[in-house]
Amino acid sequence: MITSIHQRRRRARQLLVVLAALLPLALLTGLANGAVSLGPGQLFAALLAGADGGQAAMIVQQIRLPRVLLAAVMGATLAMSGAAMQGLFRNPLADPSLIGVTAGASLGASLLIVLGGGLLQGLVGLTLVSVGAFIGGVLAVLLVYRLASSENGTSVATMLLAGIAITALAGAVGSLLEFFTDNERLRQISLWKMGGLDGANLPRLLLASLVSGAVLLALPRYAQALNTLLLGESEARHLGIDVDRTKLAMIGWVAVGVGTSVALVGTIAFVGLVVPHVVRLWIGPDHRYLLPASALAGAILLLVADTLSRVVLAPTELPVGIITALIGVPFFISLLRQRHQYGMQT
Amino acid sequence: MSVLALDKVCAAPWGDPVLVDIQLDMGAGEVVVLIGPNGAGKSSLLRLLAGDFSASAGSLEFGGRPLANWQRRELAQHLAFLPQLSLLNFPYTVEEVVLLGRTPHATGARADREIARQALAATDTEALRNRLYTQLSGGERQRVQLARVFAQIWDSGDMSGNLLLLDEPTAALDLAHQQQLAAAIAAIAARGCAVLLVVHDVNLAAAVGTRLVVLDRGRQVATGSPAEVLTPDLFRDLFHAEVLVQQHPNGRQPLVIGL
Repeated sequence: MITSIHQRRRRARQLLVVLAALLPLALLTGLANGAVSLGPGQLFAALLAGADGGQAAMIVQQIRLPRVLLAAVMGATLAMSGAAMQGLFRNPLADPSLIGVTAGASLGASLLIVLGGGLLQGLVGLTLVSVGAFIGGVLAVLLVYRLASSENGTSVATMLLAGIAITALAGAVGSLLEFFTDNERLRQISLWKMGGLDGANLPRLLLASLVSGAVLLALPRYAQALNTLLLGESEARHLGIDVDRTKLAMIGWVAVGVGTSVALVGTIAFVGLVVPHVVRLWIGPDHRYLLPASALAGAILLLVADTLSRVVLAPTELPVGIITALIGVPFFISLLRQRHQYGMQT
Repeated sequence: MSVLALDKVCAAPWGDPVLVDIQLDMGAGEVVVLIGPNGAGKSSLLRLLAGDFSASAGSLEFGGRPLANWQRRELAQHLAFLPQLSLLNFPYTVEEVVLLGRTPHATGARADREIARQALAATDTEALRNRLYTQLSGGERQRVQLARVFAQIWDSGDMSGNLLLLDEPTAALDLAHQQQLAAAIAAIAARGCAVLLVVHDVNLAAAVGTRLVVLDRGRQVATGSPAEVLTPDLFRDLFHAEVLVQQHPNGRQPLVIGL
């Protein structure tokens, strides 16, 4: 396939414009739909209504607004983190959970559910389970990073293997907890693992926006470093990139971003893996475009998935992770079948 | 002033010494070829100069300053390294790969694209410009990587003070492109760029090199002009091979006949 750099950049800019236009549309669709559907007129009336604007205003402002915004913010963080990890590991199949953050967070959450913390309210409206998940995620990443570091620097190959080891260990300990706990808590753990946005409220949204805002601003600063890293680590170093600092920054920001997302909305499969992969097939591997485009696409995917999860079996809500996988997988497979057209060899 | 000055340099990046007492002085525009059997330390010497590891003893100066005192990015503006193997497996276009070579510079997009164009022309990869790197053949990939390191130290005027390190740049090239590479090296050397390269074909080494350095098990066993270095004794001692060495019909260099 022949693609000039001009065509590629034009296509990347077009994609950014289209995604930026779709995002508000997805937000409004998410606000209008659910157990109670609203027309466009009703939706705007509800959005603009004051404190005593009736039932529709209450649903939109207090339940749906924090929820759809949380979905957008978390989707963007997961997808951009995935793009950064795929660049760092030079592997288009890498995923944020590779560095152990998801498994560590799951274990942290399971631990607190089993110890009964799920009923206790923690600080700023977060349950203790979320705090446990965040701490578990960050601790797992620290451990993986330490295991992969020596006086010669940090090896991403070792980090990958250490991530697999820590993920397996956390999984085993988690299973042990599940094996010995009662049925009620077992169900709590498994629901938590499926992920969900139903716990969205203003404090959670604020916390998520703060953390994700920092992550979404920080990662693109390393776009050119990631571009050169695709050539190989020593090649990047020979091009004047501080590779160790880049690695540390990537791992740190991804751990914080994904740790927060797992803590607030549980494990949401596939967004971090598939979105950057699909975007790269479309516009190429230049991270200056790939990172922001992945963030926008991730936000839209999670918004659409969350809206569907509320509508499909209304008033029952499905866990959003099921929907992201059900939408993502067929799309992903259809792209994989034409991968040679996009220059992918693996 | 010498571009590169190594004085009694030793290196032991993994414990055992891989380079012992290396002595080398390179001036602007000089082309030095490293030859020697597999495992002689040729690539290690290039990687040492590229900063992949540091010397355990001796002094190593680039541009009159100890190599360790250079800022990473400043060094990258003057010293480029083409490794033997490329790991790139992402579908960049060829032009994107070559533009990555401009990362350490802040010359602006327009100047960078012009330099990339010249580097593509120098390696006969202009026709590949809009192809995807992952869909190229081995030899084409090698030429594109070569264009990338050319672009990294390219200057349309004087290139003295710059150093290009090439590790077996001809390994995957056909005969026409080997000759073209030799011409491209001569062209940048004529503009002042010093070039230190590893090749296995001794006749190619004699054709491109102003001086040859022979390494064996980390030690420098011979240094000098091609005619001084390439003798039947060297091949007997070093490669355990019998060869004939004659004057090349062009009269400028020795010709080694192996079989």
